[in-house]
Amino acid sequence: MKFKTNSPLPGFAPALFYTVLYLALIVVIPLSGLFFKTAELGLAQFWDLISGERVTHALMISFATALAAAMINAVFGLIIAWVFVRYDFTGKGLFDAIIDLPFALPTAVAGIALSTLYSGSGWLGNLFNKVGIEIAFTPIGIVIALTFIGLPFVVRSVEPVLRELEKELEEAAASLGANRWQTLYHVVFPTLLPALLSGFALAFARGVGEYGSVIFIAGNVPYVSEVAPLLIVIKLEEYDYAGATAVAAAMLLISFVLLILINALQAWSQRYKASSGNVNAAPDKGFVA
Amino acid sequence: MNPSTQKNSIKVAGHSAISEGKLTRWVLTTIALSFLILFLLLPLFTVFAEALRNGWQTYGKALSDADGLAAIRLTIIASAIAVPLNLIFGVAAAWSIAKFEFRGKVLLTTLIDLPFSVSPVVTGLIFVLMFGASGWAAPLLEDTDIQILFALPGIVLVSIFVTFPFIARELIPLMQEQGSDEEQAALSLGANGWQTFWHVTLPNIRWGLLYGVLLCNARAMGEFGAVSVVSGHIRGETNTLPLHVEILYNEYNFAAAFAMASILASLALVTLAIKAVLEKAHGLKH
Repeated sequence: MKFKTNSPLPGFAPALFYTVLYLALIVVIPLSGLFFKTAELGLAQFWDLISGERVTHALMISFATALAAAMINAVFGLIIAWVFVRYDFTGKGLFDAIIDLPFALPTAVAGIALSTLYSGSGWLGNLFNKVGIEIAFTPIGIVIALTFIGLPFVVRSVEPVLRELEKELEEAAASLGANRWQTLYHVVFPTLLPALLSGFALAFARGVGEYGSVIFIAGNVPYVSEVAPLLIVIKLEEYDYAGATAVAAAMLLISFVLLILINALQAWSQRYKASSGNVNAAPDKGFVA
Repeated sequence: MNPSTQKNSIKVAGHSAISEGKLTRWVLTTIALSFLILFLLLPLFTVFAEALRNGWQTYGKALSDADGLAAIRLTIIASAIAVPLNLIFGVAAAWSIAKFEFRGKVLLTTLIDLPFSVSPVVTGLIFVLMFGASGWAAPLLEDTDIQILFALPGIVLVSIFVTFPFIARELIPLMQEQGSDEEQAALSLGANGWQTFWHVTLPNIRWGLLYGVLLCNARAMGEFGAVSVVSGHIRGETNTLPLHVEILYNEYNFAAAFAMASILASLALVTLAIKAVLEKAHGLKH
């Protein structure tokens, strides 16, 4: 088999050469350093570095809050995508543009805004305090920041599939006697599930590594609201490169395992997928962080 | 029953069954919009409200602070280097991936997407492991005066890494969709490769390119975690705008922090506005 299919267009060799060279220099070589550094540690030392109570707490908080936020986003993101594809209302264009705000707004800006809003003296924080709920400086605050960051991933993953969904399917279900709820549950939802899961996975993966929007509202109390990325920064400030590398490697490893699980779930959710159709449309990665 | 009435009857019977009732629509729309207002609009509004809390005079003073101006300058310089580099890469990558068939394309595309899934802090970490005091690439720089960490090159490097896939990702589907018929026609009419690219390909992709550049720029200017790790936080020297926001906020200088943040928020709003306009005018929606 030949490496490249013939094409009359010029410039393949230099373009591909430059692409691969730049990719190697900027991404692959620097990133591989992280793996070599981890391998250098050895299993015993690696385990030693990540099994400390502070590290396991930080990892647990990062993954638990990212999971909670991704679940909130899956529910509300689905509703938002549905409303924007199916219904018409005033101000739709404006709201539609705003959905992408978390992609464009720097995380530090989101961080200080959310922290101000939800602190004890902030508008919303004050409101929640009255009913006895503390948000700033608790894991709830982290979940709120990660919900902000992850929302567009779900909405923008579900929207194209929902737009492609053929109304005839719903009409057919209805004409066969299904009520609206049955049609949604048995016909529409299974078709949307793969896209919903991929939006969920993107939001989750982004949430686990999130730093800028989290550190202001989290308060960063060790064992309570300290996330794994912050622990990496703290270890680097102490010149503990081995410790920082171990936490980063553990984060990547757990994310990787969870994403494989989500992928398997996605494959299972596509078991009824027809061979044609656009169910597996790629999410709008162009605007994905 | 003749076919036409049968079709009609399905439509009539289906009317209530293929869409939700008025009340359900209203409830769902209210939930969706309330969520967007609560989680997105309110934080955005807070940025500007807090920036102007002490009046325009304080706002103006905060914006003209010397350290602030130095941070703005550094941010502009860093993205002025990072964005064009990613632009050249994006065009080269899209040209080879969208216009040609070759083995290993899927792997290449996956690797290009890789920076999307690396935490910003980990991005900073990998460059510290590379160029730090005992970094594996440090010996390469030993005999030179080049300082990478805690200096402009480090900030540029992580900015490139973090925004690496944006322009390529925007161009690849666009160029795939357009195919290469027009380029082949130009070539057969005697145009050379560059002429074909400048006069045929580039005009076709210019709006997608513009949008990719804007997005890449917004992210480069706003990057926080990765830059925070490699910059060293030297005030007036290696502080970018987002890092300066953090310092001011941690010093309880909230008005100044939000004034600086409002510049970045305005940049985000301009990016979103141009995106909306491009989508409407040129059907860029994927």
